[in-house]
Amino acid sequence: MLRDKHLTVTVSPHIKTDLTTEKMMWTVITVLLPVAAAGVYFFGIHAGLVILVSIISAVLAESLCLKIMRRGTAVTDGSAFLTGLLLSLCLPPEIPLWMAALGSFFAIAVGKQAFGGLGYNIFNPALAGRAFLMLSFAKEMTTWKTLTRFPDSITAATPLNLLKEQGTDALMTVYGSMPHLYKKLFLGNVGGSIGETSAVLLLIGGCFLIARGIITWHIPVSYLATVAVISVFTGGISNVLFQLLAGGLMLGAFFMATDLVTTPITKSGQIIFGIGCGLITMLIRVRGGYPEGVCYSILLLNAVTPLIERFTKTRIFGTQKQ
Amino acid sequence: MKNTRTLIQETTKGIIERNPIFVLCLGLCPVLAVSNLVENAVYMGAAFTFVMFFSNITVSMVRKIIPEKVRIPCYIVIIASFVTVAGLLMQWFIPGVYKKMSLFINLIVVNCIVLGRAEFFASKNNVVRSAADAVGMGIGFTGALFIIAVIREISGFGTFYGIKITPEAFKPITSMILAPGAFLTIGFLIALFNYIKLKKGNISE
Repeated sequence: MLRDKHLTVTVSPHIKTDLTTEKMMWTVITVLLPVAAAGVYFFGIHAGLVILVSIISAVLAESLCLKIMRRGTAVTDGSAFLTGLLLSLCLPPEIPLWMAALGSFFAIAVGKQAFGGLGYNIFNPALAGRAFLMLSFAKEMTTWKTLTRFPDSITAATPLNLLKEQGTDALMTVYGSMPHLYKKLFLGNVGGSIGETSAVLLLIGGCFLIARGIITWHIPVSYLATVAVISVFTGGISNVLFQLLAGGLMLGAFFMATDLVTTPITKSGQIIFGIGCGLITMLIRVRGGYPEGVCYSILLLNAVTPLIERFTKTRIFGTQKQ
Repeated sequence: MKNTRTLIQETTKGIIERNPIFVLCLGLCPVLAVSNLVENAVYMGAAFTFVMFFSNITVSMVRKIIPEKVRIPCYIVIIASFVTVAGLLMQWFIPGVYKKMSLFINLIVVNCIVLGRAEFFASKNNVVRSAADAVGMGIGFTGALFIIAVIREISGFGTFYGIKITPEAFKPITSMILAPGAFLTIGFLIALFNYIKLKKGNISE
């Protein structure tokens, strides 16, 4: 028996971090709060109610499932709160409240707990909830609120919608010049989902998370770079900034595609994941039936994540090659 | 293994304990396809029970003269005959429904529940037992299909047997009448079945 206190023998792991699941979740939530606030500022009080309702519904669904399934994890780890918040941020601001609640409930009960709870879900729960709502209520999910808060506000569909349905000329007539459109997309004074309008807030939040080490740069950078490269080929240099700023790309790249559970753990796998997301996003935007493809691209790549991990497994040193 | 069930037990086992859909998980393709409307589910269940009943009896009657090696083709021929009968009867009495569902009615030929019962039960048991087994399986299948269809039609169309029953404010959940809705409903019902069985603590056999 070792008595010397300078010679303590413990089992691994020997290096510990104070970054717990709980801490991570609440940090991401804090980072997203300004984004949510911007959504409420631009779209009005109903957007705030949507956010609130979907968070409450997610937390209720989580505690209900944990109780029924007798799971060890606590609802206070913030993961359900974050799922509810993320889901509400990719909903249109005028969606009826009960639909938001239903989507949120689905996200937690089916998207997460039915698969085994936190850490076991295959698909990003928030995006699973959104896909469910999209499939169920196509009309409500694509009705975009007209911004009436500002004198120079635009009363039209989202920029990506306009581009898809009426082409570049219509986009120019509605938004005036390209720089004007960029400014709107950057600051957030533009039609769209609650949390995807302000690119600048999402960028700041994403960079903060990378700086804190909660997410790594691999997925967002490879995702955005792929989109940028493809947009050069499909619409020239002037298309790049638009494709990067419009739609849910920033929200998706920094907050959805970086979910720790549903994305590869290997660095090279993460880069493959990001490139795959970028390819499918642009495929849907350019060739597909929907104006925006961020949600489905991430869900599809979630599905192949185990495969990516298998192919990018790191070599174990000191063993014979099989 | 000696079969010790009474005739009543032979019938009732198909309803809960060996429910073809929720416990055996067989024949899910027609379930996915026709369970979005209660009306379809009822007719499908009726056609299925008809075919199940007569093919089980026939297989049991000829079980001793069918050579082991060609038994599956023989079963298929027997089943296909009764599916044809069921199809012709439906064309006669309810042509409108048949037009809508003919594809799925015809597919009963390769339904794995019917074939499965022929292979595992009717070919080893006498006619009376086989008939009892078919009735139980028919009720179990129709009942399961009915439950799934009720859930899907009410949530996906807001109707029950074609009659609107939900309030105006409720927007039907379209995904429930599409394939994902069928998978979700069946999945959760199976979970419920397992949960109840676990509670009762009698996972038989």
